[in-house]
Amino acid sequence: MKNFAALTRMRIQIAFRNKMFFFFVIVMPFAFFFLWLGLLAKGIPDRCAFYLGPVVAFNVMGSFWGLSATLVLFREQGILRRFHVAPVTASDLLASSIVANYVLTLPIVALELFFARVIFHVPSLGNPITLFLLVSIGIISFGSLGLVVASVTNTMQETQVLNQLLWLPLIFLSGATFPLAYMPSTVQRFGLFLPATYLVNGVQQTILNSATPWSRYVEILSLSVWACLTFFLSAQLFRWEPEAKVPRRAKLLVAATAIPFLLLGVVENMSDRILVEAKTALERFDSASRPPSVGIPIRPPATGKPSGSN
Amino acid sequence: MANPILQVENLVKRYGEVEAVRGVSFSVEEGEVFGLLGPNGAGKTTTVEILEGLRTLDSGQVSVCGLDPQRDSDALKQEIGAALQATALPDKMRVIEAIRLFASFYKRQRDPQELLKRFGLDDKKNSFYGQLSGGQKQRLALTMALVNDPRVCFLDEPTAGLDPQVRREIYEVIEELRRDKKTVLLTTHYIEEAERLCDRVAIIDHGKVIALGTPRELKARSGGTTRIEVRLSKPASDGVLKTLEGVVDSREVDGAYVLHSQRPPQTIVSLVKQLEAQGNELVSLEIATPSLEDVFIEYTGRRLRD
Repeated sequence: MKNFAALTRMRIQIAFRNKMFFFFVIVMPFAFFFLWLGLLAKGIPDRCAFYLGPVVAFNVMGSFWGLSATLVLFREQGILRRFHVAPVTASDLLASSIVANYVLTLPIVALELFFARVIFHVPSLGNPITLFLLVSIGIISFGSLGLVVASVTNTMQETQVLNQLLWLPLIFLSGATFPLAYMPSTVQRFGLFLPATYLVNGVQQTILNSATPWSRYVEILSLSVWACLTFFLSAQLFRWEPEAKVPRRAKLLVAATAIPFLLLGVVENMSDRILVEAKTALERFDSASRPPSVGIPIRPPATGKPSGSN
Repeated sequence: MANPILQVENLVKRYGEVEAVRGVSFSVEEGEVFGLLGPNGAGKTTTVEILEGLRTLDSGQVSVCGLDPQRDSDALKQEIGAALQATALPDKMRVIEAIRLFASFYKRQRDPQELLKRFGLDDKKNSFYGQLSGGQKQRLALTMALVNDPRVCFLDEPTAGLDPQVRREIYEVIEELRRDKKTVLLTTHYIEEAERLCDRVAIIDHGKVIALGTPRELKARSGGTTRIEVRLSKPASDGVLKTLEGVVDSREVDGAYVLHSQRPPQTIVSLVKQLEAQGNELVSLEIATPSLEDVFIEYTGRRLRD
């Protein structure tokens, strides 16, 4: 526990000295935040509320990118070898990556939510407990996915390729960038097999409808199971040495991370619950009133729908 | 040996088809500086990494401080310190932070400030790792190997790739460890390093120990001869150099002829006469007392750096 705490502190300290960290963890998420809420939602509070969920989910999902790259870099440079010869375990290192990333990402999400209220006058952030749970589990689960990627790739080049292969479907087919309801039916149905879809939908429904943790239990539970599975696998596949290559059998084991959402995807494809929720949210977005003058965000009219009731 | 703190018996390690270590055996006494001397790829690093618990062995037995590096890995790591080959720290980590972080992993700790002062890193304590020179990084690696006041220190090629000046600085650090009666297992492919720093040396080649003893003992095996290295304008006839006066051994190494002579002045005179008779010329001539390199050449017919 002492080693884990010391490593977490070290990771946070080093992150603050890294220009790449500022760009990817602070500049990028806020650029995306202002672009989507300011331009796509045109600053209309109800429309901003619609996009806030995907924007927050997008930021949360980005965790996997940084964690995978850092771990592979540490392995390639021989930094992990130095820790290996000290009384440090793989779990200490992996858990400290996850927690440091959580500590660094959560304030950015909180700031986004704060700006959404103060600058874009989003009517409500929904149920704070559900939001906190989903964001926390999201950061941990996508961070763990990053650790799995780092464990199954041998070089930084391989890591970047695999990250791209995962990142593109995760952001484009889950509703994180463009609403799921806009997509062709086949894409929507495919999206139901992606963990990102559950994070996006969960956060969006929490903000729009003040969903309780119980009403979002599917998202919370599935992402939690996935977080445990990916973390367990990353610890199993962890390699200290750059020359220790991944056996093909281990790569197959990684396919296990897809099982929870393959099963859930089948169930959700039959129930259509998520697709109906996404469609309803989009209809509400389309019907949101335009501002009196472009570019100036306004508060919702007092006679509008009470927040969290729909 | 009275009290070996480190024991290796018939150690074998394979990487696929390649047998990197082929039945290596040696033991190290507490307080001894022991060197594994050999060319790159001889199996030195693999041996050391097995002793550190970083790699598994295929057969044989090893024990460090009475512990099995694989079975008692956690306990072992508390007892050893290591400066590994091909290792690094994050560029944006400060020197003092690195020492404090690594010290925090151990039950027994030395004062980081005292270590920094001792190894001449005090003025660099707030520098980032990425800003350090190669020599400073290596000094930091040695300092970090001592944060837990280890019973055994593993120094894997501690001066590889460093310029001679920096190398001598590192020698002073290791000599200090020797004065402190630390047990050190050092791997190197530098003759000077092994001769200057080690109490005993195992010469290792192709995964086997080919000679073991104190540097003096090993050199004495050259028969108290003087080493004469000559380069000629034309190749010498087969075996003719062996017949020169006082010569007990002659080998061709890298286009030069290495002669071991018991009577160097007579050897040189008869060499000059022989060359004149053959119409050959002397390009260069070096005379030296035998080094561990000669021992290596004697056993392998190759130079250490090959």
